[in-house]
Amino acid sequence: MTVTQSQNVVAAQKKGGDNRYKYNNIEIKKLFFDYSGLIPFFIFAAIFIGLPTGSVAVNAFRGNSNEWTLENLRVAFGDIYFTSLIGSIQLGFSSALTGAVMGLAISYGVAISGKKKLQRVVATASGVFANTGGVPLAFFFIAAIGNYGLVTIALQKIGIDIYSGNFTLFGFSGLVLVYLYFQIPLMVIVTYPAIEGIKNEWREAAVNLGATKSMYWRYIGIPILTPAFTGAFLLLFANAFAAYATANVLTSGTLPLLPIQIGSLVNGNVVADQTNVGMAMGLEMIIVVAVTMGGYIYLDRKTSRWRKR
Amino acid sequence: MRTRARVGLLVSGMASALIASVMAAPVQAADSSTATSLADFGGLAGLERACKAEGQLNTIALPRDWANYGEVIDTFIRKYPTVNLDSQNPEASSAQELAAVRQLKGSNRAPDVLDVGLAFAVAGAAEGLFAPYKVATWKDIPAGAKERNGLYYSDYGGVIAIGYDAKKVKVAPKTIKDLGNARYKNQVALNGNPTSAGAALGAMFAISVASRGAKGVDNMASGVNLVKSWKKAGTFLPVQASSATVANGQTPITLDWDYLQDKYAKSSKKVSWKKVIPTDAAIGGFYQQAINKNAPNPACARLWMEYLYSDQAQNLWLAGGARPIRLDAMVKKGTVNKKYLKALPKLPAGTKVIYPTVAQQTKARTVLAKQWGKLN
Repeated sequence: MTVTQSQNVVAAQKKGGDNRYKYNNIEIKKLFFDYSGLIPFFIFAAIFIGLPTGSVAVNAFRGNSNEWTLENLRVAFGDIYFTSLIGSIQLGFSSALTGAVMGLAISYGVAISGKKKLQRVVATASGVFANTGGVPLAFFFIAAIGNYGLVTIALQKIGIDIYSGNFTLFGFSGLVLVYLYFQIPLMVIVTYPAIEGIKNEWREAAVNLGATKSMYWRYIGIPILTPAFTGAFLLLFANAFAAYATANVLTSGTLPLLPIQIGSLVNGNVVADQTNVGMAMGLEMIIVVAVTMGGYIYLDRKTSRWRKR
Repeated sequence: MRTRARVGLLVSGMASALIASVMAAPVQAADSSTATSLADFGGLAGLERACKAEGQLNTIALPRDWANYGEVIDTFIRKYPTVNLDSQNPEASSAQELAAVRQLKGSNRAPDVLDVGLAFAVAGAAEGLFAPYKVATWKDIPAGAKERNGLYYSDYGGVIAIGYDAKKVKVAPKTIKDLGNARYKNQVALNGNPTSAGAALGAMFAISVASRGAKGVDNMASGVNLVKSWKKAGTFLPVQASSATVANGQTPITLDWDYLQDKYAKSSKKVSWKKVIPTDAAIGGFYQQAINKNAPNPACARLWMEYLYSDQAQNLWLAGGARPIRLDAMVKKGTVNKKYLKALPKLPAGTKVIYPTVAQQTKARTVLAKQWGKLN
């Protein structure tokens, strides 16, 4: 792209004399200055994403005496650890779907409310909530709705026992609930621009052409929002799929989840000789997340077509 | 360094020790990395000199609130103020310790000494990561608690105890089997995931022994089944117990090493923490101390070892509620601190503490890897 552009510039300038080198230099300099701000980012990405990813990928195929082997992958996909892949996918899917539906509803409600103040508050709050996670998040919930949590006890006083049914904070349902704390706001952040991009003119045009409300949604609203929704869903899925610390504190590994199994193998105090099986599972995760994020990027590009003014 | 090492090789054994005591320390520093006992330094004074010449000690994975390590470290610093003690990554796991030894090989930031779980000591020794060294008090360490060449040996340990908050738990549990009683609904927790946390694995061994008797140590499945029944009865919570969950009241009963429970007592003024060794299972476990073969400060690494196995540091661990490995010998010699000794939770009369072997641990974690994730 840039090459052809610069050639065009050069061609345009040729009429006024041979300034080819001069302009090419300027172009190169401009290119450099345009991207020079990104150099720290690239260095950062290479060291903290590139290197570890490469090392995981290599070690996944290494045995304990550094020989090449497929044994790690065999164990990683064997019955013990395969259930954790399934468990993580189930957790990712449930929390992403719930979060996506609820987040979209909030996004839409806030967007059509037309209240600027509300929009600002929701945007700021979402930014904060979406970035809360890890051990502190687990403690928020233990302190609020744990067996001796403030909310639990307050509700008991008015005769409601949230633990009378099947609910537990320390299992699948609890994790989905806790994850919603960051999933819903993330959905709001990601889909808000798409919803805001739906222009009133489209609706007016549709109505003028005789469309009913449901026809407008069926033929215009939903098709425009679908890639945004699906893309955001994939992002949420990857987000929950890879979450570790919260789940570790709340379930101590009693729920089969891939990140917890990896943690036990590469960073534990019990298993000494299966680090590379952990690496193989890490590779598994990287692939799942890469495919998911690939889908997200593709759909995001589709969505952004409608955002262009 | 090279040339010094050659000089060091030429003069070996007693000769080098003699020279060391006469000459300046730097000559000595060269063969510190191959010294296997105090004799190679011509005694403690020689070792101290060699360490002072290095002026640096790198430790790893020593949390200050763990077995009184804070005071153990501070006392060393007071004893050797010119040695800069760098306590790296205090919260590291055993796996991270070995990883640091491998990855920082040749760097002067590599850890000099390690404090790891038994499985990691065995794995590290097999991999050739450790240097053999026998401390002056070597004879006091029971034969079963040391690798015979001195590659690693037990330092301190404890017994799995039931800890409970007497303010929330009205009827004190006495046995592990008690914990299935409905009166403890939503109160029982472990200190983490037994496939990754040493204390939780120890607790699972205790649960297995409680369900099967001494044979239970070879039958982890019986322990998992007992926990499953607790879960059905509603007493067991999979949440990871910590000072925060104890203070908050979420985990009023935990199974954990006895010496790690003192921090729960301090977690909140509202908590009245008690600990008791169950009458139906006594599972013990020791951590292991080892020297990095490629320690950047080999003399200080050895001085740290001599210090840890001296009466002084052993008593400091005891002050933290941990059982130092030389405890029996110190009781015999009368050098043990009687006040701290008395504060240890009593073993029920006639109890024989079971120490799971590496083979038993390996077997147990295979079972746990399969079954623990299906508890829910």
